Amino acid sequence: MNIVEKILARASGKSSVSPDDVIFANVDKVMMHDVSGPGVIKVFDKLKKQGISVDKLWDPTKVWVAEDHFVPSAEKISAENIVQLSKFTKKYGIEKHFKYGMGQYGICHTLSHEEALVMPGDVYVGGDSHTNTTGALGAFACGLGHTDIAYVLLNGRIWFKVPETIYFKINGKLPDHVMAKDVILKIIGDIGNDGGAYRTMQFGGSCIDEMSVESRLTLCNMTTEAGAKNGIVEPDQKVVDYLSSRGATNVPMIKGDTDSEYAKIFEYESSEMEPIVAKPFSPDNITIVREAPNVELDKSYIGSCTGAKYEDLEAAAKILKGRKVKIRTEILPAAISIYQKAMENGLLKIFLDAGATVGPPTCGACCGAHMGVLAKDEICISTTNRNFPGRMGHIESQTYLSSPMVAAASAVTGKITDPRDL
Amino acid sequence: MEPFHNVASIVTPLDMVNVDTDQIVPKQFLKLVQKSGFGKFLFFNWRFDENENPKTDFVLNDSKYQGSKILITGDNFGCGSSREHAVWALQDYGFSVVIAPSFADIFFSNCFKNGLLPISLDQKIVEFLQQETTPIHVDLEKQIIKTNSKEIPFEINFHKKKILLEGLDDIAQTFQLEDKITEFEKNSTIPSVL
Repeated sequence: MNIVEKILARASGKSSVSPDDVIFANVDKVMMHDVSGPGVIKVFDKLKKQGISVDKLWDPTKVWVAEDHFVPSAEKISAENIVQLSKFTKKYGIEKHFKYGMGQYGICHTLSHEEALVMPGDVYVGGDSHTNTTGALGAFACGLGHTDIAYVLLNGRIWFKVPETIYFKINGKLPDHVMAKDVILKIIGDIGNDGGAYRTMQFGGSCIDEMSVESRLTLCNMTTEAGAKNGIVEPDQKVVDYLSSRGATNVPMIKGDTDSEYAKIFEYESSEMEPIVAKPFSPDNITIVREAPNVELDKSYIGSCTGAKYEDLEAAAKILKGRKVKIRTEILPAAISIYQKAMENGLLKIFLDAGATVGPPTCGACCGAHMGVLAKDEICISTTNRNFPGRMGHIESQTYLSSPMVAAASAVTGKITDPRDL
Repeated sequence: MEPFHNVASIVTPLDMVNVDTDQIVPKQFLKLVQKSGFGKFLFFNWRFDENENPKTDFVLNDSKYQGSKILITGDNFGCGSSREHAVWALQDYGFSVVIAPSFADIFFSNCFKNGLLPISLDQKIVEFLQQETTPIHVDLEKQIIKTNSKEIPFEINFHKKKILLEGLDDIAQTFQLEDKITEFEKNSTIPSVL
C-alpha cells in the first residue's frame, strides 16, 4: 500500500485498502474557521430541529478553531460573526480557539504546522478547501463542507472513498530563484484545474527529499487548485525535527510500502524549472515569467497560507533588501509566530525600509475579504493560490499568481519580473 | 432534507467552465448573521451591477429562464473554496438539478448533503441539452432525462440516489442506525489511530 492507503487502512481498522474502496475512518483532528464554523452552527441548528442531539461533541480536544478570514473585523457583521464563533467554542468546550489579538493566531492552515497540531499518519479534516496543505507533514488532510464537518464533530468519523494516487517524482536540485510555488504552478499548468480531481497528489524524488518542510507545504497547498482530494509527501526526519521544534513529542513515522502502487507517475527535472506566473483567471493559465505579459502592476501582495510562511518572507526579503518598491506592496505574515520571527531576524525592517507595508496575519485580500482588496481594472501580483475573477476584489480586477521572489522582484520594477533579471 | 422529486423544467444554460464557488456565492455573503435566503446572492457579481441593478446580458436575468429548475453548465463546476453556501444558494434560488460534464469534489459531495442533484454527462450531450428550449424531464428513479426527441440515461451511485429519493442526508441516515452503532462500538476492536 502507498502512504495514503496505509493511513486510511489504519484509520478504518482494516488490514488493507485499495483505491475506490469505501471506508469509515476515525478522524484524528478537525479544524474550523470563521466562515466554516458559523456554517457548522447553521447545520447544528438544522439537526436540532430534526430532533438530533447536538449537545456535545465527540471530542473537543481534537477540534481547533482559527479566526482568519474576516479578522480584524472590518465591519459590524464580521465582528458579530466572531462573537458567534466564540459562543460556539465556549459552549462546546473547544479550548484550542486561536483568537485574533490574543497571542498566537493566524491562518488556519499555517497554524496546523506552526503549532504542530497535525502529526504524520493523522486523518485530518478541515472546513476549508486548502486543508490539503497539511498533507506535507505526512497526514491525510482534506477539506470538507459544513455538513460533513458537523458530522465529524458529532461522531469523530467520516466516509471516504480511497483515492487513487498520482505521483509526482521531481528529480535534482531547483535552480536559484526557483521556488516550490513555481513547481506546483508548473504541475497545475500541465495537468489542469481538475487534473487531480478525486485523487491524491503525492510528491517525491530527490528534489522533495532536499526540500524544506515549508516548501512541501506550498506544494500540497495548491493541490486544491488541481482539484485533488489531498496532497501528501512521505514524512522524514525533517518533518520530525520541524514538529519537535514546535513542541511535539513522540512524532510518529509512517511511509508507504516499497511496492507502493500509483495510478500514474509524472516525472520532472528540477534543473529545467523556471520562475512561473499563473495569468488571470485561472491557476492553470501559466507562463514562464520571462514570457509574461508586459502589464503595469498596481500592487504586490505577499500573504496567505500559500505564500507567507517564514521561508516565503525570507525569500522576499532577499530580493527587497536594499531596494525600493515601485508599487503598493503588502506583506502579511501568515501567523503571529512567523511575524515575531521576521521581526527578530530583521525581515520587517527590510520590508519597511523598502517602502512596503506589513499587516497582521489574516486571509485578508487573498479571498477578497478586506485588507487591501483590488479596485476595478487593478492588476496585482500575488503569492496566493487562486486568481478566479474577483477573487481578490472587483470582478474586473486581475491577479497573477507567483512565488514570493517573483512578487518581490515585481514590486521593485512594477512589472512582472524574473528575480534573476533584477 | 426534502426528498427529491422528479423535475420538469426548461434549462438555464450557463456556458462557462471552472465556475468557482466564489462566483456562485461571493465571499461577502458568508457571514453568519445574514440568515435570509442565499438565493438572492447566487452569481451575485454576474447578476447585478455595482448599483445592484440586474445586468440584462446575464442568463439568469433573461425572463425566458425564470422559474427554471435545471442549470446546465461546463466542466469542473463548483471548484474553489469548500463553502457549502454555494449549494444552499443554488437551491434557494430554485435549482434542483445541475448538469455538467464534471464537478469539483467537495461541491459534488456537498450537493448530496442538501438534496441537490448533480448530473455528470458527456460533453456532447451537455452541449445538446444546452440548446434545448422546451422543458426537459429529469427522472431520478429511472435515471433518465427526457427531451422532446431523446431519452438520455445518466449514472448515479446507488447509495447517493437513495439519499436523494428518501430525503435522508448522511447524518439522518446514520442516526437511524444509532442502536446498531452503539452495539457495534461496545464490541469493536478498532484501534484508535496513532
